[in-house]
Amino acid sequence: MELLSGNEAIAQGAWEAGATIGAAYPGTPSTETMEAFAQKPDVYAEWCTNEKVAVEVALGASAAGARTLVTMKHVGVNVAADPLFTAAYTGVGGGMVVLAADDPGMYSSQNEQDSHYYASAAHLPMLDPADSQEALDMAKAAFEVSERFDVPVLIRSTVRISHTRTPVQVGEREAALACEYETDPAKWVMMPAFARPRRIVQLERIRALGEWADASDLNRRSDGTAAVGIVCAGAAFQHVREALPDASVLKLGITWPLPEQAIRRFAESVEALYVVEEASTYLTDAVRALGVEVSEPPHPLPRAGELTPGLIRTAFGIAEPASAAAAEGLPARPPALCPGCPHRLVFKELKRLRAIVTGDIGCYTLGALPPLACMDTCIDMGASVSMAHGFELALGAQEGRRPVVAVIGDSTFAHSGLSSLISTAYNRGAGTICILDNRTTAMTGRQGNPFNGETLQGRPSRELDLEGIVRACGIEAVAVVDPNDMMATRTALKEATAAADRLDVIIFRSPCVLLSRQKGKPYMVTSCTGCGACLTLGCPAIGKDAGTGLSYIDQELCIGCGQCAQYCRFDAIEQAE
Amino acid sequence: MSMKVLLCGVGGQGTILAAHVLAQTALECGQQVKVSEIHGMAQRGGAVTTDVAFGDRVESMVCDAGSADVVVAFELIEAMRNLPMLKAGGTMVASDEVIKPASVLTGKAPLPHDARGWLIERGALLVPAHATAVEAGNARVSNMVMLGALSALLAFDAQAWERTVSAFVPPKTIEANLAAFRAGRAFVSEKVM
Repeated sequence: MELLSGNEAIAQGAWEAGATIGAAYPGTPSTETMEAFAQKPDVYAEWCTNEKVAVEVALGASAAGARTLVTMKHVGVNVAADPLFTAAYTGVGGGMVVLAADDPGMYSSQNEQDSHYYASAAHLPMLDPADSQEALDMAKAAFEVSERFDVPVLIRSTVRISHTRTPVQVGEREAALACEYETDPAKWVMMPAFARPRRIVQLERIRALGEWADASDLNRRSDGTAAVGIVCAGAAFQHVREALPDASVLKLGITWPLPEQAIRRFAESVEALYVVEEASTYLTDAVRALGVEVSEPPHPLPRAGELTPGLIRTAFGIAEPASAAAAEGLPARPPALCPGCPHRLVFKELKRLRAIVTGDIGCYTLGALPPLACMDTCIDMGASVSMAHGFELALGAQEGRRPVVAVIGDSTFAHSGLSSLISTAYNRGAGTICILDNRTTAMTGRQGNPFNGETLQGRPSRELDLEGIVRACGIEAVAVVDPNDMMATRTALKEATAAADRLDVIIFRSPCVLLSRQKGKPYMVTSCTGCGACLTLGCPAIGKDAGTGLSYIDQELCIGCGQCAQYCRFDAIEQAE
Repeated sequence: MSMKVLLCGVGGQGTILAAHVLAQTALECGQQVKVSEIHGMAQRGGAVTTDVAFGDRVESMVCDAGSADVVVAFELIEAMRNLPMLKAGGTMVASDEVIKPASVLTGKAPLPHDARGWLIERGALLVPAHATAVEAGNARVSNMVMLGALSALLAFDAQAWERTVSAFVPPKTIEANLAAFRAGRAFVSEKVM
């Protein structure tokens, strides 16, 4: 047995099933799935620019006969929804499996949407593993189901499945059945005349999938006391087993379509049926829609955030174990930009400018936290650029208004910022777009992207010309600036925001400090006046002595970037000899 | 029979590696195991927790208030934050290292008053992890000091531990990691004897 994370197990299952092609965009908690798949022998795997592209690449490969794996986080499914809904009409060639990794509790996401709704809305079968062995087994089963019913299959995981390691029995790779491509416009060209008959095919498939779900042993029933029956899936199953060990449980391995007869039979065998699910009412509503009575526990389960065994016990009126009282008034410990992050000064200078800053997804979202605290919005990938355009339109020529500045990372720009920028350029929008180019996809663990030219499996690649692409949009005011240089950063932002009617793009280029992990000689504070200017940078290496009120620099954390020295008006910060 | 161990600390302290070594050791000693980690945004210097459950039969992978048999804290403020997770009669081992959160660094919030005293009063066993790691030859192996400290509270044999430590750390650092592990183990063994 090996300890594998759910993500690694899905990759292993796909490989064992003979999948040969993988396509993905990184996103927590899905990222390691494609990284693990890429390491397997005899597979091709790539990072795409976004999740929609990944689904389309995989669908093309599937049409041509390959078994394909696509992985993304839950919000990536929003981006990929367009091809997914119509792939549910065309069906597949070789088996196609799509991982949607949800984040209830929002450890690393902007929302906690439930991907079950996509399965139901798009009519795509969905499997819900509850540990890594199931993740492996279900990934293999998903390819068979995909080919048997001619439909892409979704696997839904959550943080506690994707990022929990449990023992797994790995197996050998099986050769996938050869499936040759033949031109078939009635299947693959979804124009109205062909889509209408495919819709009828889809309806027949939905009926057949319903029968399959009812007969499948992917749903498991364990009979305990008849007093309490629980319907659940995924991680919630593990919490239920711990919190209510005597309950009867119907664990759904297939969450769309629901095994209707199995649920009805289960409901008849228990005195009260409850549904336990995380951050959603998907299952509850779907079970009720079958005409099955769903009881409410004595105390309501939380509707937001992750479940735990304790929360389930509390809902069912079981006393919680004794525990020590929490310490009062502890300082919170939010995440922060790394010591020496080369892009810190952009936020410092934007705050100084009192700009309205439309932000984006990635490390740069951390610019919203004190003391930098200079971000007005963060919604989704690419939104910084398009929302800045919206701000500009609404604020117009208001006298003395604050400048509008979008801040986006290089990978996010490639994902969907580029299409926003083209739209702004086309509509003759104004404002300032800052592309913080740290040469990687940092937040998810430093993956390659089109602007650093690194591919997932280390193939030779192109390093795309960021400033050339921006100029090709007809934008003339394009500057490339080293963000470690305070004066250059300040001047560039001042000039760009002063030109009220112009669209400016500033590319702040400096690699993520985690790429090289090289440290320069640390800086130290020599003759501090206690003015506190350096503390406003929010560098984790700089602190204020509680006794003297003077600043100091942690010599182990400091990487020697020298940003703070540029802000010290008293020349009291110097690099060690 | 099953146990839950909560490892808590600050992103970058090596809590996840320590949790992996614990889980692999439990697996090799014939136990069922689940290790639940938090990745992504929280890791950028934020508070992190890793839950390890092992035993004959393991259900949920997460700890709740009052459910952890052992809490291993790699940092004092995180030790205070996570003490409520400890089961009545459970044990907390905590590194005496303090890593100041941003609000403390910038003087907006004070450090908790007498964190050491607060924890000792509540039965925590404080381990000089940083100093011990420096003695072992590398400040970065303080996570192995804490793992050694934890090992003294669990039934797995020392050889199984050392095999997994050696397998999980970079080859050049095996000696320093093992020295740190042994020192942490010895420190707690003496205290609980």
